[in-house]
Amino acid sequence: MTEVKLHGFWYSPMTLRVVLTLKLKDIPYHNIEEDRFNKSLELLRYNPVYKRTPVFVHNGRPLCESMLIIEYIDEIWPHNSLVPADPYERALARFWAKYADDLFSAVVAFYLGNNGEEKEANIEKVWEHIMVVENKCFGDQKKFFGGDNINMVDLAFGPIVKTIFTIEDILEVKVLKDEKFPHFLSWYNNFKEVPIIKENLPEHEKMVACLKFIREKRLASS
Amino acid sequence: MTEVKLHGFWYSPFTLKVKWTLELKGIPYENIEEDRFNMSVQIFQYNPIYKRTPILVHDGKPLCESTIIVEYIDQIWPENPLFPIDSYERALARFWIKYADDMVSAIRLLALSSNSEEQVKAIEKIWEHLRVVEDRCFNDHEKKFFGGDTINIVDIAFGSMVKFITVLEDALEVKILEYEKFPHFHLWYNNFKNVPIIKENLPDQDKMLAFLKFSREKLLGSS
Repeated sequence: MTEVKLHGFWYSPMTLRVVLTLKLKDIPYHNIEEDRFNKSLELLRYNPVYKRTPVFVHNGRPLCESMLIIEYIDEIWPHNSLVPADPYERALARFWAKYADDLFSAVVAFYLGNNGEEKEANIEKVWEHIMVVENKCFGDQKKFFGGDNINMVDLAFGPIVKTIFTIEDILEVKVLKDEKFPHFLSWYNNFKEVPIIKENLPEHEKMVACLKFIREKRLASS
Repeated sequence: MTEVKLHGFWYSPFTLKVKWTLELKGIPYENIEEDRFNMSVQIFQYNPIYKRTPILVHDGKPLCESTIIVEYIDQIWPENPLFPIDSYERALARFWIKYADDMVSAIRLLALSSNSEEQVKAIEKIWEHLRVVEDRCFNDHEKKFFGGDTINIVDIAFGSMVKFITVLEDALEVKILEYEKFPHFHLWYNNFKNVPIIKENLPDQDKMLAFLKFSREKLLGSS
């Protein structure tokens, strides 16, 4: 029988990408909650290069990096496919998934930046990224990046947007403004209402408390 | 008939990755050399987001980002596959390609270092990366290349970066990929650069040195 384990942090958008993938495909797995301040030996053994989550372990073989994991899962369990079949569409999907990762770097800088002068510059960088998506991705009136159903690009962006909403409350600043990003936010509203997504998005207040705690701890130790 | 064009910089490891992929598969293409200080209008049209090369245009459809391009090429032209067939091996290959690409920021730092302190820092960063690969990727002593007996996409990804490192070694008169420190990696590169198609398509070292000197003057002089 196939054995699937996922080492992650419940509050991390990168882990959430993989959780949502597994849930959408109804793949049973053993969830191993890691402590970022006290990572398990297994995690460090499975991901000695980056020492971070998520780490996906399939029949004892580990894989790291959320989008790589998603593509692997989609190949092994191809039902409810999340990766476009057409090679060109697939390449475009991979491009936007990579862009989502670039957005995430800007979000992390914003999250860990001080609340002073850096804040404006950090928000600008996040806005720049989202504006690109707003302008480039919604030309054909699709409900999701995947068309009528969500695909890997929706999963690449969705958890990051969830995280931005969380950080808005922590830093008390509005980033995702309706007037700036109408299509992007309309897409996110549809995304979070997809039943399986809705059931598996972490609870907002819990995430705010957790990310606030982590931020304080990280800033104190730097 | 299928039309393939490649917009790139002859000296860029990312363009080189795509070129080697096309050459290894025997895919005819039109090479369009871009000038980084005066890029064509087409670059901005095909890659409005990053405004950079390489860009592959296949039957009029543009693709950006070298890693995405090479995987696309491997799917459309599956003969002489450069990506592993097995899903797990393929995921591992993608991981190492990304790791090779991540070396570019330290390489760029070194290329543009303006004092010895910056230089030392940049070299240490590159060494960190080389150390990981040295320790993690050469445990199977039967394998000559990452791809086994023949090169694959991981060889290409690391090869393009290491080529640039050797240029920096000559330009800055420093030793980076030292045999004593990285014996397996060093040996691997010697084998890699002697693969006929790679050897024929390796940018000329002196030409690259001259270009690096020119770039440093232009970029450091203007900052």
